[in-house]
Parts: sequence; structure tokens; C-alpha cells
Amino acid sequence: MPINYYIFLSVALFSIGIIGVLTRRNAIIIFMCIELMLNAVNLLLVAFSKMHHLKAFATDVATKVGTEAQLFVFFIMVVAAAEVTVGLAIIVMMYRNIHSVDINFLNRLKH
Amino acid sequence: MAMSMVEILFWFLTSLSIFSALMVVFSKNPVHSVLWLIMVFFSISGHYILLNAQFLAIVNMIVYAGAIMVLFLFVIMLMNLNTENEQSKSKWLQLAAALSGGSMMLILVAALKGNVAKATAMFTQDSGIGLIKNLGNVLFTDYVVPFEISSVLFLSAMVGAVILGKKEAA
Repeated sequence: MPINYYIFLSVALFSIGIIGVLTRRNAIIIFMCIELMLNAVNLLLVAFSKMHHLKAFATDVATKVGTEAQLFVFFIMVVAAAEVTVGLAIIVMMYRNIHSVDINFLNRLKH
Repeated sequence: MAMSMVEILFWFLTSLSIFSALMVVFSKNPVHSVLWLIMVFFSISGHYILLNAQFLAIVNMIVYAGAIMVLFLFVIMLMNLNTENEQSKSKWLQLAAALSGGSMMLILVAALKGNVAKATAMFTQDSGIGLIKNLGNVLFTDYVVPFEISSVLFLSAMVGAVILGKKEAA
């Protein structure tokens, strides 16, 4: 598969995530769409790592090029896990205060 | 031209991930959305295996599909949100959102269409850079400081979650 297909797949997943964030009103679904966008970026990083690795592999068989990108994806997953704990705690607190997770009730800054 | 096994797998995983991602956005019931998102994560894990990133595939399944989505399900069940009573935004807002997302996709695809090397065969020999031996070696030598910093990040996230989730004392 050419790298283009992976780029287009990631773009499609990212755009679906954007559409989800913009169209839904449930805060949890919006949060899940953000996770979807993070995963699209991760997939793109892994695909570029593979492309980079194959280019170096053609000249040197024992090359380790491309390891850094996979570690970068690992760190993105770590940060995403931390983000989810805090985000869900915020959503639970918001539910406790306004008894809903509808973001349209969070318009106090507007008035 | 007959498709090879890897190509068939690629197209299967691609269509599965895009369909599941669409279902995440368009399901009315939040629990269904969570289950479809788990499906997306599994298909992305399949893509990782196709790209010889075996460790990341397993971590993606364990951390995302296993831990994070269970947390989401737990919160949804806790708040009794597994009903379909979400009011949708107005038709115009939805149309504008779909238009902006779609035009973003269109622009990115059009910009990247001709510029990237087309004939890169992405699936060739596996030299084992995605295995845990190599990744762990680099992680604990070159990237040990970011690793330790991420543990501090986890600690602060845990403290933050506990403080946010606590009932107001005063």
C-alpha cells in the first residue's frame, strides 16, 4: 500500500472526528470524537515511521530508523490516558452541578 | 489484478474503521457510540500490525480499548445516560458542521494528492523495530527523562481527578 492511502485514511478519520465534535451536544460523545482524532494522528505517525524506516532499510539492513516515531505514539497514548481521567472527572463534576452533560447548558460565558 | 492477502486486509480494516467512526458520530445512544469507538480502535490496531508496529498494536488494544473505553462506559452507566434523549442541534448548525469538516477533508486530500511518493510499497520485510525489545531499549536509554516526566504527569492527573471528583468540603 502506498503511504497516500494511510494519509487519506487518517484525514478521513480526523474529519469524521471534527464533524462529531461540531454536530453533537453530548459532552461525552465530543470527548470520544477527540479520542478518535488523536488516534488518526497516531496512525499517521506510525505510517510515516514505517515509510522512513523502509527508506533507510534499503541501504542498511540493521537500521533502527523509525523507532522514535513509535515512541512518540507511545507518549501520545500516555498523555491521552492522563487527559481522559481529568476530562471525565470534569464531565462528572459538570453532571453533578447541572444534572446534564449537554454542552448547550454551559453557555454562561455568553451572558 | 488479483489482490494480495495484505491488500485485502488493508481494505477490510480501512472500511471497517471508517464505517465504525461514522457510527460513533451518528449513533443516538452513547453506549453504542462507545462500542463503535472500540471497534475503531481494534481496526487501527490491525493497521498497526500491518505496519509492523506490534507493540503499539497491543498497547492500543490494552490502553484504549481496554482501559479508556471502559472508563467511558463506566461514566455513562454511572450517570444513566444510556438513553436516546439527546436533543440534536439545529439543522443549519449540523449542515455547517458537516460542511466545515467535509471541506477540511477536501482541502487536505487535494493538497496531499500529488505530492507524496506514490509507489512506496509499505509492506515489505519486518526488521523488528516495532518489537518491545527495540522500543524498550530506546525508551530506557535515550528517552528516559520524558518517561519519568510522564510518570509525574500521571501522578498529577490522578491527584487532579481525585480533587475534581471529591464532594465539596467547604
